[in-house]
Amino acid sequence: MRTEALPRPRAAEDGLVARLVAGSTLPILTIAAAVVLIWYVAAIFLNAPVLRDSYERAGRAGVTTQELIADAWAMERPILPAPHQVAFELNKTVFQIDPTSRRSLVYHAWVTLSSALLGFAMGALLGIVLAVGIVHVRTLERSLMPWIIASQTIPILAIAPMIIVVLAAVGIVGLVPKAFISAYLCFFPVTIGMVKGLTSPEPIQLDLMRTYSASTGQTFFMLRWPSALPYLFASLKVAVALAVVGAIVGELPTGAQAGIGARLLAGSYYGQTIQIWAALIGAAVLAGLSVALVGLVERITLRHMGARP
Amino acid sequence: MTAMAKMQAGIPGAAIYDRPVVEVSGLNLVFETADAPVYALSDVNLTINKGDFVSFIGPSGCGKTTLMRVIADLQKPTSGDVRVNGISPEAARLARAYGYVFQAAALYPWRTVLRNITLPLEIMGVAKAERLERAARVLDLVNLKGFERKFPWQLSGGMQQRVSIARALSFDPELMLMDEPFGALDEIIRDHLNEQLLRLWERTNKTVVFVTHSIPEAVFLSTKIVVMSPRPGRIIDIIESDLPANRTLDIRESQRFAEIAHRVREGLRAGHSYED
Repeated sequence: MRTEALPRPRAAEDGLVARLVAGSTLPILTIAAAVVLIWYVAAIFLNAPVLRDSYERAGRAGVTTQELIADAWAMERPILPAPHQVAFELNKTVFQIDPTSRRSLVYHAWVTLSSALLGFAMGALLGIVLAVGIVHVRTLERSLMPWIIASQTIPILAIAPMIIVVLAAVGIVGLVPKAFISAYLCFFPVTIGMVKGLTSPEPIQLDLMRTYSASTGQTFFMLRWPSALPYLFASLKVAVALAVVGAIVGELPTGAQAGIGARLLAGSYYGQTIQIWAALIGAAVLAGLSVALVGLVERITLRHMGARP
Repeated sequence: MTAMAKMQAGIPGAAIYDRPVVEVSGLNLVFETADAPVYALSDVNLTINKGDFVSFIGPSGCGKTTLMRVIADLQKPTSGDVRVNGISPEAARLARAYGYVFQAAALYPWRTVLRNITLPLEIMGVAKAERLERAARVLDLVNLKGFERKFPWQLSGGMQQRVSIARALSFDPELMLMDEPFGALDEIIRDHLNEQLLRLWERTNKTVVFVTHSIPEAVFLSTKIVVMSPRPGRIIDIIESDLPANRTLDIRESQRFAEIAHRVREGLRAGHSYED
């Protein structure tokens, strides 16, 4: 009989270039380069009609293609700003301006993130509680599940203003209403994932608990909960991205003073397309960082639980 | 000591020790399925005494696993009487009277070998120091010292099954219920584990109920062989083996071994209908 443990696979110790090719860095950079290229070309074609109109009005004739391209990439209020214009705007509003200033994107991002995280926490908790109830009480599954699914068929844009208005009427304003909208979006994937996860133990694993005459609580904490964790993290990644979306949507209907959503709204009032694009990218980065953070916690937790490296 | 054993030890005269560990009489079990009822067990009568090594042998679908699940209170019988240590299977289960070893190791993948073995002890509220002491003892019994910190996926199938046996032994039940524990392993490892299991049984003096569909395994291990047949699941023959204690694998070459194996085979043949 073999009594030695199986050897762990050896970590790859190749060169930097080899790792770039083998890893995901090179493919991601390739796609990014392609997107930027298409973006520049699109900026020329989308902005050209506006420019030609302005040349006509100014009575300028014989504008060369080079001049047109240069102008298309340097408009103040372009239909589609060029990537470098958005990059300059981002650099200015993220790094050059004091983060506490209302003109700083960092300030607005923090406003959105704080309500997104509060909503994420509330939604995740609600999602877990609902799942635990559904798994343990048969009648809850039949009575709650249709409503949970129905709740997600309502467009968030339709219900968000209602939530804000109703909560404002009972005196709840500011961060919390936005967090409610995030939570409304968040709880659903968590409930679905956790119901699946909490019922994932195999019959043989449950029988084992029965032979020890374990209590429902012991079975939950020693078997169902650890079995459900991989499902929970998958759901949390979806949920945290939705939380950011929810917070931004929550900022739109109220004409909020601060937040990424307010920034988008202000940009569209004044035709500041560069500002809108910068805010969009800020939102994407925010959601991406949140998902990455959940992913990091997931890796640490699952590694601690003996997942294969 | 299990709660049951303590209870027994508290009674003077030790007359209760003479009671069979498992008594089954007139047991029937019918599964109600959509099209037609399935008679899983039909009029089963059986007595298992303390210290016995009893094997249930029979083809798939003969109800051997079901019979063991009834004894373990994982399945309710339709009719008939089952006593484990003189009480109902449910009471015996609540008193943690038996350790169950499943067909698969059923280890919890997020727990190390050590913490898999201490799982039943944690559930039963045993203090940490004693948990560790007991785990060390049973790990020694199954020859897995030094593997405490490994996770299940780092072990071979045979080692995983030995961990699951150690887990069942950890709370020192008097009765071990083993459902084809080596069924998924190759024959070389199975032979080896059979020999280890026999040594373990001799040392611990436990009562073992063992489900198998291997004739050599049943004859080699058992003091009593229960031959079963399917449709409906019933007992065809009960063979008291007179093979000596301290058996080694060599005994399989003996005349007596061949005779017992022959009788098992005859029983299986008689019980099996070849119409289908």
